[in-house]
Amino acid sequence: MEQYSSKVMEHFTSPKNVGEIENPSGVGHVGNPVCGDIMELYIKVDDKEVVTDAKFKTFGCGAAIATSSMVTEMIIGKTVDEAEKVSNRAVTEALGGLPKVKMHCSVLAEEALKKAIDDYRERSKDEKNNKDNKG
Amino acid sequence: MRVYLDNNSTTPISDEVKKEIVSAMDVYGNPSSLHQFGVEARNIVEKARLRIAQALGCDNQEIIFTGGGTESDNLAVRGYLKTTSKKHIITSAIEHHAVYNMFNELEKEGYRVSRIGVDKNGILDIEQLKEHLSEETAIVSIMLANNETGAVQPIAEVVSAVKSIYPHIIVHTDAVQAFGKMKFKVKDLGVDLLSVSAHKINGPKGVGALYVRKGVKIKHLVSGGHHERNIRPGTENVAGIAGFGLAAELSVSGIDRNNGQLEKLKIKFIKGIRESIDNITVNGDPEKTLSNTVNVSFNNVEGESVIMMLDMHGIAVSTGSACTSGSLEPSHVLKAMGADPVSSQGSIRFSMGKYTTEDEIDYLLEKLPSVIERLRKMSPLERESK
Ligand SMILES: Cc1ncc(COP(=O)(O)O)c(C=O)c1O
Repeated sequence: MEQYSSKVMEHFTSPKNVGEIENPSGVGHVGNPVCGDIMELYIKVDDKEVVTDAKFKTFGCGAAIATSSMVTEMIIGKTVDEAEKVSNRAVTEALGGLPKVKMHCSVLAEEALKKAIDDYRERSKDEKNNKDNKG
Repeated sequence: MRVYLDNNSTTPISDEVKKEIVSAMDVYGNPSSLHQFGVEARNIVEKARLRIAQALGCDNQEIIFTGGGTESDNLAVRGYLKTTSKKHIITSAIEHHAVYNMFNELEKEGYRVSRIGVDKNGILDIEQLKEHLSEETAIVSIMLANNETGAVQPIAEVVSAVKSIYPHIIVHTDAVQAFGKMKFKVKDLGVDLLSVSAHKINGPKGVGALYVRKGVKIKHLVSGGHHERNIRPGTENVAGIAGFGLAAELSVSGIDRNNGQLEKLKIKFIKGIRESIDNITVNGDPEKTLSNTVNVSFNNVEGESVIMMLDMHGIAVSTGSACTSGSLEPSHVLKAMGADPVSSQGSIRFSMGKYTTEDEIDYLLEKLPSVIERLRKMSPLERESK
């Protein structure tokens, strides 16, 4: 099999931001056990629309764990709009590349991110509506 | 510490075999040549043939040397199909890719294929096999021991089920994993064709053999000279064959000693992980599997990440078969056994060999629980299952 880059190994052996966030601003859940990978991405966003924290839980191969870890690192500190532009290409590049058969892992990470952001926007819309209704 | 527990993928070559190969390399004649150089090489090949025939319990004229297990499997099935116009072929749902993919291809080429299922322990359903036999059936190919689970298949019963009704149907067995690990004689099994490979028994890679029962006709797949009774043309791999001959002799003569030791380690390992790791499934019935193989599903974690983490501790294991790791599909073997997808994603094959020691199993038992715990902490499935 094609080798993993040293960056992938680094993120696999010492993944950053493993876990869940209590009261997250958004959650993205993608994948299913039949295809072999499940990712859960949690984000915390402050009132300036900045991602202040991100955490993940992943069931999957080394590449799935490494891409999850990398994507959390890449979005912390970015605004939601900036974070949304983090693509699977960017994640793969930051990891020093992925074996061809593992490219789908980075796609999954991008999808998880997009879903977490969508979820955040849904939730803040609801919150705003709630406030408006009250006001 | 470096611990090799992937002996079903391949085995370390033994010192005795290495020496045998090196000395055979000095004999550079072509075994087909008439001069002394040729005769010396021919003698080496024929000595190895005799050794393999004795290890398998057959006549030396019934052994054809090949380029490995995969080639033996293909030569057996396709080589026989070239001699008949019958278009129905039978196999099992748990074959190694050498047979599994060949049957998929034969199906595309126009053959009707029946794939016989297995029970939850991965053992062939003979009743189902009987229902599929017909006048149109050309060949039945069922492995003797499975490479992923070690499950031993009832081949003697397969042969009698087939031959009692249809004596002309040919039975082939892929004995690549069974050879040298369990006691059998081809005559007791009653098969017509049987494949073996050298690198699974501490011999060299790229050498194998096919047993062809006297009276059974098969045809060559590649064209060439008159080597190996016209069935497998090409100048013989003399040094590799010499190594294979000795490896076969050693593995069969040492089988009781090895299996005694392996059985002890297997029991220790299974007991050890059951005590230290919860939510696991041992795939297959340990009483009906090869002494060297243990296949375990660690639920809620994925196999490749387990392999990588164990690799960092110097421990080499694999998921399913070597071919499966690297591909994205879950094991067809565990699927056929009815395992659920999450559990088969987390399956790991531990395959011991004749050099495996108790210290190595202790080391594995020391490292494995923390690896699984770490990965489970990352797994979203772990929370859901609680
Ligand atoms: C059951 C079985 N059949 C066939 C093979 C293929 O043998 P070889 O690697 O010698 O081609 C293997 C080994 O990978 C095997 O385990």
